[in-house]
Amino acid sequence: MATQKRSTGATTPQTAPAQSRIPVRKTYKLYVGGQFPRSESGRSYVVRAPDGTPLANAVRSSRKDLRDAVRLARGAASGWAAKTAMNRGQVLYRVAELMEGRRAQFIEEVAAAEGLPSARAEALVDRSIDRWVWYAGWADKISQVLGTVNPVGAPYFNFTIPEATGVVGIVAPEGSSLLGLVSRVAPAVVGGNAVVVLASETRPLPAVTLAEVLATSDVPPGVINLLTGLRTELVPIMAGHMDVNAIDIWGVPREMREQTEVSAMESVKRVARPPRDGDERFDWLDDARAQRPEWITRFLEMKTVWHPIGV
Amino acid sequence: MAERKRSTTSVTRALAPRTKSADVGRGTDAPSTWGLGDGQRVPWEYAPAPESRDVVQLKSRYGLFIGGKEVAPRSGQWFTTIDPATEEPLAEIARANVEDVNQAVAAARRAFKREWGDLPGRDRAKYLFRIARILQERSREFAVLESLDGGKPIKESRDVDVPLAAAHFWYYAGWADKLEYAFPARDPKPLGVAAQVIPWNFPLLMLAWKIAPALAAGNTVVLKPASSTPLSALFFADVCRQADLPAGVVNIITGPGEIGLALVKHPDVDKVAFTGSTVVGKEIGRALAGSDKALTLELGGKAANIIFEDAPMDQAIEGVVNGIFFNQGEVCCAGSRLFVQESIAAPFIERLKDRLSTLRVGDPLDKNTDVGAINNAAQLAKIEELVEAGQAEGAEMYQPACDLPARGYFFRPTLFTNVSQSSRIAQEEIFGPVLSVLTFRTPAEAIEKANNTAYGLSAGVWTDKGSRILSMVSQLRAGVVWANTYNRFDPTSPFGGYKESGFGREGGLHGLLSYLDTGDAH
Repeated sequence: MATQKRSTGATTPQTAPAQSRIPVRKTYKLYVGGQFPRSESGRSYVVRAPDGTPLANAVRSSRKDLRDAVRLARGAASGWAAKTAMNRGQVLYRVAELMEGRRAQFIEEVAAAEGLPSARAEALVDRSIDRWVWYAGWADKISQVLGTVNPVGAPYFNFTIPEATGVVGIVAPEGSSLLGLVSRVAPAVVGGNAVVVLASETRPLPAVTLAEVLATSDVPPGVINLLTGLRTELVPIMAGHMDVNAIDIWGVPREMREQTEVSAMESVKRVARPPRDGDERFDWLDDARAQRPEWITRFLEMKTVWHPIGV
Repeated sequence: MAERKRSTTSVTRALAPRTKSADVGRGTDAPSTWGLGDGQRVPWEYAPAPESRDVVQLKSRYGLFIGGKEVAPRSGQWFTTIDPATEEPLAEIARANVEDVNQAVAAARRAFKREWGDLPGRDRAKYLFRIARILQERSREFAVLESLDGGKPIKESRDVDVPLAAAHFWYYAGWADKLEYAFPARDPKPLGVAAQVIPWNFPLLMLAWKIAPALAAGNTVVLKPASSTPLSALFFADVCRQADLPAGVVNIITGPGEIGLALVKHPDVDKVAFTGSTVVGKEIGRALAGSDKALTLELGGKAANIIFEDAPMDQAIEGVVNGIFFNQGEVCCAGSRLFVQESIAAPFIERLKDRLSTLRVGDPLDKNTDVGAINNAAQLAKIEELVEAGQAEGAEMYQPACDLPARGYFFRPTLFTNVSQSSRIAQEEIFGPVLSVLTFRTPAEAIEKANNTAYGLSAGVWTDKGSRILSMVSQLRAGVVWANTYNRFDPTSPFGGYKESGFGREGGLHGLLSYLDTGDAH
C-alpha cells in the first residue's frame, strides 16, 4: 500500500488542500451479477498512470471469477432479451443520465488513467455519454432496419428478424479506457445480449467507476459484468468457454489473437475483430467509424420463420 | 399366405377415410394399429417409372475448370466418382494439388482485378440472368445428373434442387445493380476472391447458394465441390462457358478435403464460405484464425420438430416425413428429433409407422421413389454405426419391411422410440433417414428439450394456435423455424444457424451481405 501514497490526487476529487483532510480512498472491485465482489483468488495488481505513477490496486480476476461471471450473464440473458425493445432503450438511456451526473468524476479518472489533459478527457467522457444515447435509440429500430419480409415463391408467409446471440465476451480496447469500452459494450447490450467485459488491463479504473453507475441504473443484474485483470490469464479462458456465444477481440494483444480465435472456434463463437489498421490508431471520437449499427448486428442472429398461407 | 391376408385387411383400414382422426387429436383411445405400421409389407407391386438417363452425356474424364478452361490436374492424378445407387463408376475426376489451387486463386484474382470487379452491376446481372436461364433450359439434364451422382430421388432433383438453383441465380442477378439500395449509405464493395467449399447433399443447389450472391456482389470464386458429387459443378462450368462468363470469374477445382483446406488457407483469398459438418467447419475456422478473411459457416444440425396435440394430424405426419426423409435425411436442417406431446404420442407414432411403410425406397431415377440411395459408403457406415448405438442405448427401433436393391448404398427409413435425451441418436447429427421420437407435456418442456443441443440450425412447430406458434418461434434457438410446414427453401429466404450450426446467412438480403464489405464490419 505504501506504493500508492501519491495516488489519491489522481482519482479523488481534490476539493480541499491535501493536508486539511485525509481523503477516503476507493477500493476498485469487480462488478458481477449486480454485486461488487473481490476476486475469489484474493489477488490484485497495481495500476499506474502512463507516467508510472501508481493509481490504485485493481482486482486480478481468476479463472473462477470469469466462469462465475459467464454463469450469471447466462442467467440474465434470456430475461434481458425478452424485455421490450423500448424498455431496453430506456435502460441504456438511463445509463447516460447517471453518467452525466458523475461527469466530473469520469473526466478526472479518464485524465488520470490515460494521462490526458482534462479538456481531452472531457471530450472523451462527453462522447461516452452520448454514445449510450445513440445506441439507446437503436433498441427499437434495429429490427426494422435488419428485419425483412421475404417474398417466397410459394404460399407462405416468411419473415426474418434479429435476435440476441446470447452471452458475449468483450475484451475492451486497451487504450481507450472509457469511450472505447462503452463503444463496444453498448451495441452488444442494446441488441439483447448479456456481456462479460474485460476492462483495459493497464487502464481499468474508469471502467470500474462505470460499473458503479450501472449498479445504480436500471440495467438488470448480470446483464453487464465487468472484470479487471491480466489479458494473458483471462482471454484464453473467455475464448475457450463453451457457454460464451460470441467474443469481441478488439482488446486482445496482437500476439494472442491467433490462439484466441483458434480457441473461440471450439464452440463456433462469433468473433468481432479490430480493424486491420489496428486498435492503436483508431479514433474513438470519429462517429462515422466508432458508432455503427453493424456493431449491433455483429452480435445478433437472424431468425427466419415460415408459415403456410391458406384457409 | 396367412400373413399376406392379414396385411391386406390392415391396408383396407389404412386406406379407409379416417373419420375418427379428430378424436385422435384429443387423445382418445386409438386402435392398436392403423394399418401397415407393424412391419407388414405393402400388399401390391409398384411398376417401375424410370427417368431416362440418355439426357446426360458423360465424358470419361473431367479436368479442373481454371481461368475459363478445362485443364488437367498438375498432380496427374484422377479419382472416380460413382453412382451410389449401383456402385458403378460414372467418370474420372481430376485430383487437384496445391499448385492447382494456386493457379485457380490466381485466375480468380486476375478476373477480379481486370474485369469482374469493375464491371457495372447491370452487366454482372445479365450474366447471372443468363446462367439462371441456361439452368432452366438444361433442367432435365441437371436433374438426372444430380440423381446419378448423388443418389437423390429424381423427383427431388427435378422439383427442388434444380429449380431452386436456377431461382437463386435469378434472385441474386437482380441485386447486382441495386447494391446501394440493399445497404444504403454503406457504399458496399465486393470482398475480392471467395473460396467456397460445398457438401455432397445438394451439390448444385449449394453451388448456387455460394456462387450467385458472390458474383452478384462483384466477387470472383474458386469453388470446390465434394469429392463424391463433383459432376454437377463440372457441368456448371459448361453453363459458365455457354453464358460467356469472363474467364476466371468462376473456377472449379476437385479433390479431397485437404485441397479444400489448402484453398481456404490460401493467402490471396479474401472470403471463405463453407457448408458441411461442424467438425470440418471448426477446422476451417481454426485454419483462418489470425487472418483478416471474412468467414461464413453453415454447419450441422439436430433439429427439433415439435408436434402439439392440436396440430393438424395428417399435415403434421406429412411434415414429419418430409422433415426427416427428404433427401434420405442427408439434410443439415433435417427434423431428426421429433417431439410429440404426450397426449397424442401413441396414435401419432402409429400413424407415422403406417406412413413409413408406404415410402418407396430404391432407384433414385424412378420417378416414384421417395427415398433414394445414401450418398456414399462412408456415410452409410456412419448411419449404421449410430443406429446400432441407438439400439445399444435401449431405444426401440422400427423399420418398414421394404425391399432394398441388391446393390448400392441404401438404408431403410428408421424410427426410434423410447429415446432418452442423452442418447447419441438424440444428440449427434446422423445425416440419414433416422428419426428419434421423444415426448413432452408442456410448451416449456418442449423448448427446454428442443434447445438442449449444441446445434441451432432449424426447428419445426405444429399447432393450430397462432399465439403458441409465435411464442415457440421466439424461444427456439434456431436460425430457421418452420411453423406448420417443414423443409421449405427459397432464394429470398435467409438460411443459417445459431450456436454450433455456424454463422452468416445464405439467401435473401442477408445472404448478399456475406459477400460485401460495408465499411468495417468488426
